[in-house]
Amino acid sequence: MTARTGTAPKTIDELYDAARSGHRRSLGRLLTKVERGGPDAEQISELAHPDAGAAHIIGITGAPGAGKSTLTGQLVGLLADAGRRPAVLAVDPSSPLTGGAILGDRIRMDVPASPGATSRDASQTTPPEIDERVFIRSMATRGHSGGLALAVPLAVRLFDAVGYDPVIIETVGVGQVEVDVVGAADTALVVMTPGMGDAVQANKAGLLEVADVFVVNKADRPGASDVRRDLELMLDLSHLTGQEAADGYRPPIIMSSALDGTGARDVLDAAEGHLHHLDEGDGRVTRRRQRVQTEIEARMIQDLSARAAAVLASAEGAAVVADAERGEVPPTRASAALLARIVRPDTG
Amino acid sequence: MSGDQHIRVVLAKLGLDGHDRGIKVVARILRDAGMEVIYLGLRQTTASIVAAAEQEDADAIGLSMHNASHMTLAPAMIEALSDAELDIPVIVGGIVPDQDLEPLRDAGVAAVLGPGASAQEVAEVVRDAVAAHAS
Repeated sequence: MTARTGTAPKTIDELYDAARSGHRRSLGRLLTKVERGGPDAEQISELAHPDAGAAHIIGITGAPGAGKSTLTGQLVGLLADAGRRPAVLAVDPSSPLTGGAILGDRIRMDVPASPGATSRDASQTTPPEIDERVFIRSMATRGHSGGLALAVPLAVRLFDAVGYDPVIIETVGVGQVEVDVVGAADTALVVMTPGMGDAVQANKAGLLEVADVFVVNKADRPGASDVRRDLELMLDLSHLTGQEAADGYRPPIIMSSALDGTGARDVLDAAEGHLHHLDEGDGRVTRRRQRVQTEIEARMIQDLSARAAAVLASAEGAAVVADAERGEVPPTRASAALLARIVRPDTG
Repeated sequence: MSGDQHIRVVLAKLGLDGHDRGIKVVARILRDAGMEVIYLGLRQTTASIVAAAEQEDADAIGLSMHNASHMTLAPAMIEALSDAELDIPVIVGGIVPDQDLEPLRDAGVAAVLGPGASAQEVAEVVRDAVAAHAS
């Protein structure tokens, strides 16, 4: 095949510099290294951290089939039209059995893909301006060391550092990590649809608490106004129980129909309105601090669990486990004994 | 390299071929073989596949072809990848007459999978193509 790869960026530093100057392939490579974790990911973190911080981080979540990807595609189109450079991190579940995944979010994101190019026209490989502004990356929930809680924040920081703004994280609203990831964004969009049960169901999912903007998608369908009414009621109840935001912010409810783009502009305006609201106080700083704290905590937990696994695998660990199995020590004391091996008492 | 990395495959149908039962089966096969499938589906262009391949850092590209366009579109895909300086193996699946196999290989197609290929064979061909390229 072609031997042109010799000139391609190779080291992390080279890849990072190339990504910052707009080389998409290099950014794609770096994102893979982010997913894999380890020393490469740490180096990327070191590089990206000082350059990040400007981007508006938007989380989009909601039940499967709510229209998140379709809506995201429309937001991305509007943003690119307006001269912005949006990036999307689309998180999809992996199979718990094989760790494989079908990452099908791109197919819904009908970003105007090179209208000039036809499939027969091989000479036209330079996508037009609009395509160049958008970067979409799919990520599976499993299969990277440290899991989503480590890979997502670093990927977002990398997008931010190389100049993408806003950075949109799209996840299915199932699983605590996914909800946490979206909840830690500057602006969290929760997408609801008619026909999925009333707002009590949404309350169960714990999504209502993280929402900064509600989107009632498929608003052309029957029952959409009921969803809106239920949400309004839930927000009224927050007021009643004192759960509303201290600064009096009430999440707006936007009706949309992502199929034809109705309401996409309103969703974008609401997301940007929320950012302005954050910037009127120290909201953005607070969110960022919360985000960093969550990330540091996730990293510490990962480190500790790796050490715990190592101690358990050691001869001493096996001996303690055997003692507990024979009933000589209870698991509570066994764990304390082993924990003492990985955490020095004088530091705690 | 750590053991938990998954092969990432972009799967697409190029042009106006609308027969997508096969590509959906292949997506499922590769997923169950532990790969991450970035499913682009119908009516993709060489440009949209190149864009997805570079953003997704694809290890392989799978093209499903059932409308006799493979002799035109598969080489166009290879050329588009080469123009974008992407060295990624392209695997064609679908209906390809025997006499076209060699010309496709000459054009740079890494492998061709026809009807009757077992799930195991499909996954192996993708793995082999990726391994051959990585070296």
